Amino acid sequence: MRREIPLIITSFVGFLFVIRFFIPHEPFASMENTASSWIQVIKAFAIWLGILNLLKISGEKIYKKDKGWGFAAIVIASFLAISIAGFFFPFWETRTPGDSFIEHARKFQYPGTSFDWFYTYVYTPLSSTMFATLAFFIASAAFRAFRARSFQATLLLLAGFIVMLGSVPVGNALFSWLPQGWQVSDIADWIKNYPQVAGQRAIQIGIALGIISTSLRLILGVERSHLGGEG
Amino acid sequence: MSLPETPTPRTGQDFWERLAQLDRRIIFAFIFLALAIPLFFTIRQPIAVSPEGRAYFEAIENLPAGSKVLLSFDFDPPSSPELQPMAEATFKQLLTKNCKLVVIALWPQGPQQAEKALAVALRDPQFKDLKLEYGENYANLGFMAGDEVVIQKMNSDLPSTFPSDYKGNATLSLPIMQGVKNYKNFDFIINFSSGFPGTREWVQFCVDRSGSKMIAGNTAVQAPENYPYVRSGQLKGLLAGMKGAAEYETVVGKPGKGVSFMGAQSVSHLVVILFVILGNIAYFASRRKK
Amino acid sequence: MVSLTIAGFLTLGIMSFVYKDNPVYKLCESIFIGVSAGYYFVSIFYQSLLPQLTDKIGITGELSDSALAYYRETGSLASPQWFNLIAAVLGVMMLLRLVPKIGWIARWPLAFVIGSTAGLRLIGELQTNIMAQIQKSILPLWDPQYIDGSLNMAASVGHSLTNIVMVAGILTGVVYFFFSKEHKGVFGGTAKVGIWFLMVTFGAAFGLTVMSRMSLLIGRLDFLLRDWLHLLG
Repeated sequence: MRREIPLIITSFVGFLFVIRFFIPHEPFASMENTASSWIQVIKAFAIWLGILNLLKISGEKIYKKDKGWGFAAIVIASFLAISIAGFFFPFWETRTPGDSFIEHARKFQYPGTSFDWFYTYVYTPLSSTMFATLAFFIASAAFRAFRARSFQATLLLLAGFIVMLGSVPVGNALFSWLPQGWQVSDIADWIKNYPQVAGQRAIQIGIALGIISTSLRLILGVERSHLGGEG
Repeated sequence: MSLPETPTPRTGQDFWERLAQLDRRIIFAFIFLALAIPLFFTIRQPIAVSPEGRAYFEAIENLPAGSKVLLSFDFDPPSSPELQPMAEATFKQLLTKNCKLVVIALWPQGPQQAEKALAVALRDPQFKDLKLEYGENYANLGFMAGDEVVIQKMNSDLPSTFPSDYKGNATLSLPIMQGVKNYKNFDFIINFSSGFPGTREWVQFCVDRSGSKMIAGNTAVQAPENYPYVRSGQLKGLLAGMKGAAEYETVVGKPGKGVSFMGAQSVSHLVVILFVILGNIAYFASRRKK
Repeated sequence: MVSLTIAGFLTLGIMSFVYKDNPVYKLCESIFIGVSAGYYFVSIFYQSLLPQLTDKIGITGELSDSALAYYRETGSLASPQWFNLIAAVLGVMMLLRLVPKIGWIARWPLAFVIGSTAGLRLIGELQTNIMAQIQKSILPLWDPQYIDGSLNMAASVGHSLTNIVMVAGILTGVVYFFFSKEHKGVFGGTAKVGIWFLMVTFGAAFGLTVMSRMSLLIGRLDFLLRDWLHLLG
């Protein structure tokens, strides 16, 4: 039963969403509506599951005094700091007259609140900089790895160069002698809209066929890997 | 007595091999300087507008005044250098047409990014006399978890998908949401996205199912996978990355951060191209020596 | 200014990684992980769970008669009925994944998610990424362009060549991905042409990726130099 009931649920819900596409009337409309509402809540709890798992792993690291347990303590402390700012701010922020407690609490991310402070001055710089450092690594990787060893590699490099030059004004400035309509930016636009689209369509058709076959296997109960190995 | 042998200098071979194994921190330093130095200068360059960028502008320009537009903010702060200027310029163009704006988000950071973009747009002197009444002309319904299920559900029942707005008001109590059941009650949809869920899911579960008209602003990384939708007409326009933001600001006539950052972008692209060429020269030169 | 200084130092702490891995970077990384987790935790509660669970029942949200009438009229069983609490029960079952002995209970709500994704994607991919894309790929190989009623040969040749490139690119690309037949002879030659188109695709993607990454770093440098250090006008 530990595996059978989830298989039945997967098949039932999968068929429901497929049938709803072809028969948009009752009872399928309200059944799909209800299932969607439930799934929205489940997905929200799934994100909570990930967060609680992170806290559990960090807690275990601190408890066992594993290598790097100090940083695990920082993780938990940071989590608690922003969570307290979000959940308990109604107790120290001035309430607008007429607002109930819940209405006041729901303004947790308004500009000026402590939660918004964390978002603007801690979360935003950290997350943005994490991704921004990729600029350094992509330049270094391009220097080391992009070699025109073959015709295909040369084609890749040429396309990359043209798109890079065509995406910035200096490309047209450097090649201003090219005739109107054949500027670097025009060639880059043509590459992005035609040969690039052709390749993307081929890739997307292949991926779509794979997704359709996997979805069919899931709905028909042939694919069971999502149920895990035990029980 | 013979003279000691002097070693034959092999400087040519050593130089190319050394270049091929250049310490990456030197490359990092060049990139840093290539990006930082142009920021100190005002570099005015003509921005070439792509066909899909112009289509994005014209799609909004052709909207009748007072149209009701649904905007989905599906990105987080790391993508804001590319998408925030697009969003600000989009708000400005929509406000000049007195459009009614409903904002939703499939990413938790979306509602705050939308509020910041709108605040910047409203600081434009053109709108100093504009009275944007929350609930009448504008509403922010906040974020909802569920990814593509949220997009699909709004085909039939939007108020139930977003029962409350960003501030906790019941969605159905807002005047702007009166009579709104699904996508068909909106004249246009605009999506800003940097990943999953994003433009691809919007095209699949909104455009193709409801027949809605949609344009999108994407990060440059995500844009290649959405160009097929522009060619097939499923997307009416597309802005890609900071260049897209600069194009749009140029067409709208309100240059902002997108345009001002193009100088640094130009220099960085040249530096990367130069490094790739140097790397290839070093590789082939050292191979030839061997 | 204190807040900006904190943000500035956090930015520099993460950037220090490009020199080499160091304890300051690890500290900033740990803060990032904790703050991200907390941000999502609080946002999900207020923006997703409260509206979907308690608002619809009328506990925490305003639920007017018109709202009730709307929900009944649209057939949305969401409120104010006990059906909604089933979603909360399923959500709690999901959280039980953390308890090893009864973690199997999480398979039930997971089955809902997997089933819905499979059902939606089955139709969505077929409609959007296969049928619509193939339909728009059927292009005339000779595409005459007329200006003021007369044939413009240059434009016609240009459009026709572009269409040929598109059709050839899509066909050869799809042939390349067919691995059930060995890529030999004519079939292999066709697949090779497909690879050329894919190389152009990846090259364009590389160029756009470089643009994207540089844009992100420009944003951070602008923050450091303009917003924090006021070195830019």
